[in-house]
Amino acid sequence: MEGFNEFAFVLGGVNHWITIFLIMAGFYIIVSRSNMIKKLVGLSIFQTSVYLLYVSPGKIIGGTAPIIVEGNPEQLYSNPLPHVLILTAIVVGVATLALGLALVVRINEAYGSIEEDEIYGEDWD
Amino acid sequence: MLDQFPAIIVAAPLIASAICAIVRHERTCWLIALLVSFLCFFGSASMLGQIQDYGTISYQMGGWAPPAGIEYRVDLLAIYLLILVSFIATAVLVYGRQSVSAEIKDGIRGWYYTMYLLCLCGLMGIIITGDAFNAFVFMEISSLSMYTLIALGKDRRALAAAYQYLILGTIGATMYVIGIGLLYTITGTLNLVDLGERLPPLLDTSAAIAGMAFIVVGLSLKIALFPLHLWLPNAYAFAPTVTTAFIAATATKVSIYLLIRYLYSVFGFAFSVEQTPIPELVLVLSVLAIFAGSLTAIFQENVKRMLAYSSVAQIGYITLGIAIANATGLTGSLVHIFNHAVMKGALFMLIGGIALQIGTVRISDMAGLGKQMPLTMFGFVLGGFSLLGVPGTVGFVSKWYLAVGALENGWWWLVVLLMLSSLLVLVYMGRVIEVAFFRERPVGAPVLKDPPKAMIITSWVFILACIYLGFDTSFTVGVAEQAVSVLVGER
Repeated sequence: MEGFNEFAFVLGGVNHWITIFLIMAGFYIIVSRSNMIKKLVGLSIFQTSVYLLYVSPGKIIGGTAPIIVEGNPEQLYSNPLPHVLILTAIVVGVATLALGLALVVRINEAYGSIEEDEIYGEDWD
Repeated sequence: MLDQFPAIIVAAPLIASAICAIVRHERTCWLIALLVSFLCFFGSASMLGQIQDYGTISYQMGGWAPPAGIEYRVDLLAIYLLILVSFIATAVLVYGRQSVSAEIKDGIRGWYYTMYLLCLCGLMGIIITGDAFNAFVFMEISSLSMYTLIALGKDRRALAAAYQYLILGTIGATMYVIGIGLLYTITGTLNLVDLGERLPPLLDTSAAIAGMAFIVVGLSLKIALFPLHLWLPNAYAFAPTVTTAFIAATATKVSIYLLIRYLYSVFGFAFSVEQTPIPELVLVLSVLAIFAGSLTAIFQENVKRMLAYSSVAQIGYITLGIAIANATGLTGSLVHIFNHAVMKGALFMLIGGIALQIGTVRISDMAGLGKQMPLTMFGFVLGGFSLLGVPGTVGFVSKWYLAVGALENGWWWLVVLLMLSSLLVLVYMGRVIEVAFFRERPVGAPVLKDPPKAMIITSWVFILACIYLGFDTSFTVGVAEQAVSVLVGER
């Protein structure tokens, strides 16, 4: 029984394990890379982990879209709110990435480089 | 009309920013921005009396009742911040037209005001909303527009500073939203009041504690609490002066407001203060922030960067009140939010005037300015006194409350540290004043005069406010005490 519980813990929470992996992977890329585009990729992965964190508890096995069907008042449905929230968060993520990339383009024009080591070393007193 | 003000003060800047984006004519945009900011200020100020007499205003967005619908909730704490942010926004715009013309490239000035309004919308939204996720959306609206406002600076380092802020700010906001997600999965609600009611029995679960940790760390990044302040000095130093004056006085304060909201209203005073190590942690970090910030400020050559490091230290004073965690300390914290906004606003405005006249903000270029720009430099001295906490200025009032709060806890050593830290302020402000008043202007340097009237007058309104609010504390301390009694009373 003991072994089964551990098995359920590892496999049952697989969505959470993936979330945690994505958070850490994204964060690691942000911290360890000095290339500004790669940093933005890391940032995107970091933000994406949140989508999974929100959406996975909203899923109910056998649940459908929350539409009331006549004659079936006890229909099983998934809570739509987490999905709506994440739709908003995706928009925010896209806007952040777009602004970040725009900044990198301007930085490349101004400095001729997108490596953080070179940029901060240059005229950063 | 009056009933709709909670919605109007958020929606008006949003709509106006869209109009500005279409018009894009510099002067028209400036006028629109000014009128809308003033409308926000008027709306906030007119709600104050109503709240003091009849209590919290709860506005149901679109007529959907909370907790299902989004609620705009204006209580005393919120209105205090709303008045501050909208007042600063209006005043900085009155001040800023010449400065924007000088520092922003022709052709994108209309966009500048568009972003300014969006930022105002986001900040007002964070304060007023009673919904945790809605606060995240507004936080990102204000942050994204703020990154743009910073990146529009003349110096190319502004771009790199904005990028740095974008990365760190987004990490902070994402951590905040992870925390909200964890709380949402265990409570099933996003309404802050509702969260505050459903959380207490669940507070010993690991999800609640992890959620709290994520929220506190995420918000600390936005606050620039030491050692998460790395984005702040460069962002303030290389941004256009108008941006610096606006965000230095508002952005970090709004995040502190949100942190206070979570610690005291959502998680509850009893839990946050008595059962978590947060007060001790914040205490250590605040003291480190005060000393590290002030010490670094002493060695800065760029005056804007010096004031930015000074902001890191002053944020330390504000969070110190959260760590002291009694009514007096928290009052000191709230009062300092207002007071610091007024004095830093004034100092950055004066520096903006100097930048406009001499073209740089290096201390070595400011020799002899005391004689040639007397109004500016005299204002700078008075602003420095406020920062130092000389009796009769705003800085004294908030430090007094912090010191009394510390003594109520029996922390006499903290009072000693507070006094020592003031000496450091004397050193870095003294450096500028010494150069400006006691050194001769180099031979052959162009003769200068004070910046245009609009800039001088608005800066001096802030300087005089520093002194006036140091004597008449009925608004700042009065409202802060009432707000604190509600916060602490909720235990």
